[in-house]
Amino acid sequence: MEVDTIDEPITKVRENGALAIERTRTEILPRAEREKARRMREANKAYGRGKKINTKTIKDRKLRSNLKRLEYKFQDAAIKAKDAEILLENTGGFLEPEQELERTYKVRQQDIVDDVAVDTAQKRFELKLDALGPYNFDYSRNGRDLILAGRKGHVATMDWREGKLGCELQLNETVRDVKWLHNNQYFAVAQKKYVYIYDHNGVELHTLKKHQEVSHMEFLPYHFLLATIGAVGILKYQDTSTGQLVAEIPTRLGKPISLGQNPYNAILHVGHQNGTVTLWSPNSQEPHVKLLAHKGPVRSLAMDREGRYMVSTGQDLKMAVWDIRMFKEVNSYYTRQPASSVAISDSGLTAVGWGTQTTIWKGLFNKHTAVQEKVQSPYMAWGGEGKRIERVKWCPFEDVLGLGHDEGFSSIIVPGAGEANFDALEVNPFETAKQRQESEVKGLLNKLQPDMIALDPNFIGNLDLRSDKQRREDRDLDAGPVDVAEEIRNRARGKNGALKKYLRKQRKKNIIDEKRLRVDELWNEQQKQKDKKQKEVEEDLGPALSRFSKKE
Amino acid sequence: MKIQALSRSVSAHQAPGSNVSKQPRNLDSALHPFERAREYKRALNAVKLERMHAQPFIGQLGRGHVDGVYSIAKDPNSLEHFASGSGDGVVKVWDLADRDEIWHTTAHENIVKGLEWTRDKKLLTCGADRSIKLFDPYNTPSEAAPISSWLGTGAFTSLSHHRSRNAFAAASSVISIYDLERQTAAPEVLHWPTSVDTITDVSFNYVETSVLASCSNDRSIVIYDLRTSTPVTKTTLKFATNRIAWSPMEAFNFAAASEDHNIYLFDMRKFDRALNVLKDHVAAVMDVEFSPTGEELVSASWDRTVRLWNRDRGHSRDIYHTKRMQRVMSARWTPDARYVLSGSDDGNIRLWRANASQREGIKSTRQRQALEYNDAIVERFEHMPEIRRIKHHRHIPEVLKKAGQIKSEELKSIKRREENERRHSKKQFERRKGEREKMVLSKEK
Repeated sequence: MEVDTIDEPITKVRENGALAIERTRTEILPRAEREKARRMREANKAYGRGKKINTKTIKDRKLRSNLKRLEYKFQDAAIKAKDAEILLENTGGFLEPEQELERTYKVRQQDIVDDVAVDTAQKRFELKLDALGPYNFDYSRNGRDLILAGRKGHVATMDWREGKLGCELQLNETVRDVKWLHNNQYFAVAQKKYVYIYDHNGVELHTLKKHQEVSHMEFLPYHFLLATIGAVGILKYQDTSTGQLVAEIPTRLGKPISLGQNPYNAILHVGHQNGTVTLWSPNSQEPHVKLLAHKGPVRSLAMDREGRYMVSTGQDLKMAVWDIRMFKEVNSYYTRQPASSVAISDSGLTAVGWGTQTTIWKGLFNKHTAVQEKVQSPYMAWGGEGKRIERVKWCPFEDVLGLGHDEGFSSIIVPGAGEANFDALEVNPFETAKQRQESEVKGLLNKLQPDMIALDPNFIGNLDLRSDKQRREDRDLDAGPVDVAEEIRNRARGKNGALKKYLRKQRKKNIIDEKRLRVDELWNEQQKQKDKKQKEVEEDLGPALSRFSKKE
Repeated sequence: MKIQALSRSVSAHQAPGSNVSKQPRNLDSALHPFERAREYKRALNAVKLERMHAQPFIGQLGRGHVDGVYSIAKDPNSLEHFASGSGDGVVKVWDLADRDEIWHTTAHENIVKGLEWTRDKKLLTCGADRSIKLFDPYNTPSEAAPISSWLGTGAFTSLSHHRSRNAFAAASSVISIYDLERQTAAPEVLHWPTSVDTITDVSFNYVETSVLASCSNDRSIVIYDLRTSTPVTKTTLKFATNRIAWSPMEAFNFAAASEDHNIYLFDMRKFDRALNVLKDHVAAVMDVEFSPTGEELVSASWDRTVRLWNRDRGHSRDIYHTKRMQRVMSARWTPDARYVLSGSDDGNIRLWRANASQREGIKSTRQRQALEYNDAIVERFEHMPEIRRIKHHRHIPEVLKKAGQIKSEELKSIKRREENERRHSKKQFERRKGEREKMVLSKEK
């Protein structure tokens, strides 16, 4: 990950007012060269894979030439990827004030619908379902299908762009959450007691009896894991391709309030009653990270798609933006009511549903700047018509925000929210049945194992350098003698007592060699320090009490 | 207010009436999470598939020989013609395309020790009956008498033809260079002044065509130069060498198949250490040959296996064996480097794929690209333990495995003993000899 930092100003003003140029451009590069360097820099910024290896310092010729070739390949790939940008078809939407007094948050949905293309305008719709609300919902991975789940047991799937109903179920019991699985063929519903899996026709396929009283669900599409957490606060991972329960992890923090998935590394973030957010993977019984985000229950969480920032909202009327690479709060904002739901779009817009209102923020975080500025006014706003927001969620690859509330479902248009250019081989919003089947098979073939989930998803493929070094040293019999000081340092790592014990043991040996002398030296030093300390203590206590001082 | 929202029409992605849909790509890494993990997974799948499709054995040539096959020679002017000589003196010529015999004759009374094709498509054979014979397999019927023959003073062990001149070298206790253009002339004789033992193999260099190398029973490797008609260097190794194979690409390098189960790659200018030591066989290596590109080697061994090697790796990249294959005496690459032939004691000549999972036939572009992608990605994650394990795993016969274990145990104990000796003797002040210089006993010039 490359972060741009703000460069120091090139010129500094001296006391006498003279300008001292620090980085003089002494070499004169022709324009073509400069252009090439700029192009390379831009390519690396967008498509680079981190720092280059300095091949000049490598002595081994074979290794050097291999690494050089590799570096060249990476560079070439980055430049080619940059060049391929010319093939991108779409540009993202926008909402820009033309006059100084215009404000984007004043724009009504009706204004947008009037201004955009007809097929886009159709994406703005309301579903009035006031009997069985409030409604939870979920978009499928490619954003084509929508599943609605009313609290009182009404579940319906639909192809929302064509307005075609898929299936409709009346479950007659509480439905707390609903989730599409890897494609639009299956979905999971967290009902009163168990989690059920249905197919696209609404036929119940599985009852997950191990998942009881589930309140939140997340699906990890690349791992085929359905993660649930319920009233007792036990996080459970179920492999939906093999049916195995992969992990069962008690959070030990009571009933969770919110659950979110970091799409970058498949780590689950759980928000708790006491204001902490814990980060989980199926590989550890302890949270990877525990951070205190709010002074009250964490109502909602969302992570951006590159896994850099988290936005959390709490009962303490705060919305906090976190940098989850450093676990530092970047900014915090005030919400007038506790926000019930928050979502981050592909382009970084953040939708916050609070009370009957929804606010959309732009630029809460920007990956290209080192210091995040506090945003003064929101990008867009919606609501205030008495519809209490239950959930907000962005539709992938569209400029559409879905809102589930107690009177049904609303779909609103937010220009500039969606990823303009999708990759058809990754997730394809226009996929045919055949393509869907193929991508399902491909997905299963490339399914990642649960133990590949870690905070840094790129740890896979790294070498274990330490054990390699050790092995090489073991093999090299002709190596020079070990440095005694080094050995002592290595052996006696740990608490202070470890060194003492080691020295004592070494001094019991009857052989006087270099090591023994070294050890003696250290021992004497320690003794001297001890005596000095003792003397100080005795002096403090005075002549009468000094005999009671604690002797080691 | 300027407003624009995304609008993609379905018809832009799939024209009405067509069943071909557009598949736009976006290479932004944010759209492709878990890039590395997924690539790793793909590499794992690829390496598993590669192992699944590994079927190295294609078949045997014709009905083979009655006795063991001791030598194979390929016709340099043809992609498909091979000659093989067996223990009962029969020589057969094979056609690779239909895997059948096209000519045969009884050339010698005993083992056919050496076989070589001349540049004018005739076949030279030599044997322990002190004779070298010249046949014309393409123009005479089977069992035809030789066109000409030479009688030497001792049993002949090996033949090697000059790359461009019409001459060949034959090894007995000396090396005799026969000129095919002056058949009645006495051969030119080369030998190391002090050596008397039988020379087991002789080989002309492909690039520096007047240089030739020989190995003999007295464990020595001798390099000769025809321009001065003198032997140049003699290097004695710890064990005898069975075969010498020059690299077709690097003029100075050759491989020596040793009795001590290893193959040594030497630079003929620098005999004090080997360029590489190829270790994996568990019995003497009987034959070795460089592939036409000089990148790979094939070796035949007394342990009943054929192994394929990369020139710059220490261990073999593949091992070929069958239940019925006995001691393998000779192995050869086909000139297109896609197949390997092996001749063994059981009299069969077997045809193997040089790349076990490779298939013949024309591939579609997509298939070819997929295979190339798989190869590249496996190479990228080769260092990962799981992938390495699957890639290197071979099912080998129990006996062979056991032999390997015993061998490693023995080597370990020798090493342990040496280390113990070192610790308590003056040897500890000496530098340990590298694995690549251990086998060189002495050098003479």
